[in-house]
Amino acid sequence: MAETTVDEKFEIIGCENSDSEKIVRPTMTYWQDAWRRLKSNNVAMISIVILIALVVMTIIGPHLTPYTHEEMIVEERNMAPSSEHWFGTDELGRDIFTRVWKGGRVSMLIGVVGAFVASFVGCIYGGIAAYFGGTVDDIMMRIVEILVSIPYLIVVILISVLTRSKGMGSILLALCITGWCGTARLVRGQILQLKEKEFVIAAKALGVSDWKIITRHLIPNTLGIIIVSITFDIPGFIFSEAFLSYIGLGVQSPDTSWGAMASAAQNNLMFYPYQLFFPALMIALTMLAFSLLGDGLRDALDPRLRQ
Amino acid sequence: MAKLHEELIQVNNLKKYFRISRKSVLKAVDDVSFSIKKGETLGLVGESGCGKSTCGRTVVGLYDATGGSVLYEGKDVHRLKKDEKLQFKKNAQYIFQDPYASLDPRMTIGDIIGEGMDVHQMHSNEKERTARIHELLELVGLNPEHAVRYPHELSGGQRQRVGIARALAVEPEFIVCDEPISALDVSIQAQIVNLLIELQENLDLTYLFISHDLSMVKHISNRVAVMYLGVIVELASSEELYKNALHPYTKALMSAIPVPDPDVESSRERIILPGDVPSPINPPPGCKFQGRCKYAMPICKEKTPELVDQGDGHFVACYLHNK
Repeated sequence: MAETTVDEKFEIIGCENSDSEKIVRPTMTYWQDAWRRLKSNNVAMISIVILIALVVMTIIGPHLTPYTHEEMIVEERNMAPSSEHWFGTDELGRDIFTRVWKGGRVSMLIGVVGAFVASFVGCIYGGIAAYFGGTVDDIMMRIVEILVSIPYLIVVILISVLTRSKGMGSILLALCITGWCGTARLVRGQILQLKEKEFVIAAKALGVSDWKIITRHLIPNTLGIIIVSITFDIPGFIFSEAFLSYIGLGVQSPDTSWGAMASAAQNNLMFYPYQLFFPALMIALTMLAFSLLGDGLRDALDPRLRQ
Repeated sequence: MAKLHEELIQVNNLKKYFRISRKSVLKAVDDVSFSIKKGETLGLVGESGCGKSTCGRTVVGLYDATGGSVLYEGKDVHRLKKDEKLQFKKNAQYIFQDPYASLDPRMTIGDIIGEGMDVHQMHSNEKERTARIHELLELVGLNPEHAVRYPHELSGGQRQRVGIARALAVEPEFIVCDEPISALDVSIQAQIVNLLIELQENLDLTYLFISHDLSMVKHISNRVAVMYLGVIVELASSEELYKNALHPYTKALMSAIPVPDPDVESSRERIILPGDVPSPINPPPGCKFQGRCKYAMPICKEKTPELVDQGDGHFVACYLHNK
């Protein structure tokens, strides 16, 4: 057996040496790659569709009815959902459909603006603490720990007392003051890890300036987790706003938000449950969609979970 | 190899300590002196954690020195003015050990190579920059098409070539190669070492070649320094060192090199050192090697031996040889 196989040697029938360095796959940036993975995640895509629908409705919703959010029709109080009033009316005879979308503007705005401001401040703060390290880092992180230990309800009350106003502005201010600490810690951790990486040391060896290292190497490499943290922060802010409005510290009538509407509806819960149902549904839908989208984004952007 | 007389780098009593806690200090590099001539390759060998990389990084100014000085063309690299420092960073480059960690995953190969050129303004327009990047890619044996690729699309050997191209982009005179081959498999190792030798001949480079692969160091280096726990114990030309090692530690290291001949290999005697490398944190006084040395004498525990010339540029730090 062995003798017959000796003469049969392997022969090269193709594959020239020059082809070995070629890459066939088309070039793909990091973001294209992440989008490709996000697209294959059905739950995240449904969340995006729901969120887009919600945003569109908060923009055009109030104009779809002949009513305004503050218009009271005394003879049509506490109406059940009908063709006249799609989501019914509240105890003052205001159209709930109009008010849900009007209130949605406030909730969405606080959620999105709050999360962006908090992330922005958190990034810069955490980035500075991590990049310079040592004593700077120690002092900055102790300040964060002190801020985190103050309950934000106290901050909200203090601010509304100080500014003598209750409403969107003071809520936003209060939430932003306390909200950035988590992001700051997250970014600090990431940058502490990154700045010891060899590609950052290589940039230093080339003489690249601190500013360029931060903007060209550190920020692009943390952007993934920052985006994920923003999507997780938004529902948190929306919920905080709903909670504050619910206990009466938030948006004041006739302006409204989902939390304020839920709060007003709880008195009539026994008789008119739909008054609570619609704002609660919107809060739940938004939070769920953002959380699921955040999950999907984390899977898509985290290189450690790459397949 | 025409002008081997001019000294490019002179390291004098270099110390690099890391403070770990209030009481303990890690002496990564402890009183190291050597010099590298222009166009020469100095090999630096030693076990893991003996301070080779720290030494290399301190020499190119990535770490501040705790003590001593590094003179590059007569100037102390740790006391340069801002513009001089930038000029030094153009002259002295670094090739990293891990080709998977040393390239920014978010940048294209072209941008990674071009980064140094941008800093030192080595091109006047975009077209020149692209042309130079393509030229560098070809120089290290890659295709110009690789410029638009991302690091994760390349293999380990290709990435290491990118790392070399990045270092070469600023036209340096001196390159510290920090174990550039240890993360690669053997066939690729040979390619990279051949590339480094070729580049040295064509571009008149000076290398500090850090490695723990003794046969590879012998192949590439003119002279070799052996490090143990932050100090250089022996320094000699590579033929001399491999033929006639004097320090007990070097002898043990040399006996560990495999021989590519089965008959010799089976009868080869290995010197097995007792014990482990002691911790570099708060080391005891005296010779660092005394705890594992079978020739240890009372004086070894008292005083640290100095590097003494045994003739013909063969230096050794051992009381067996300096009476």
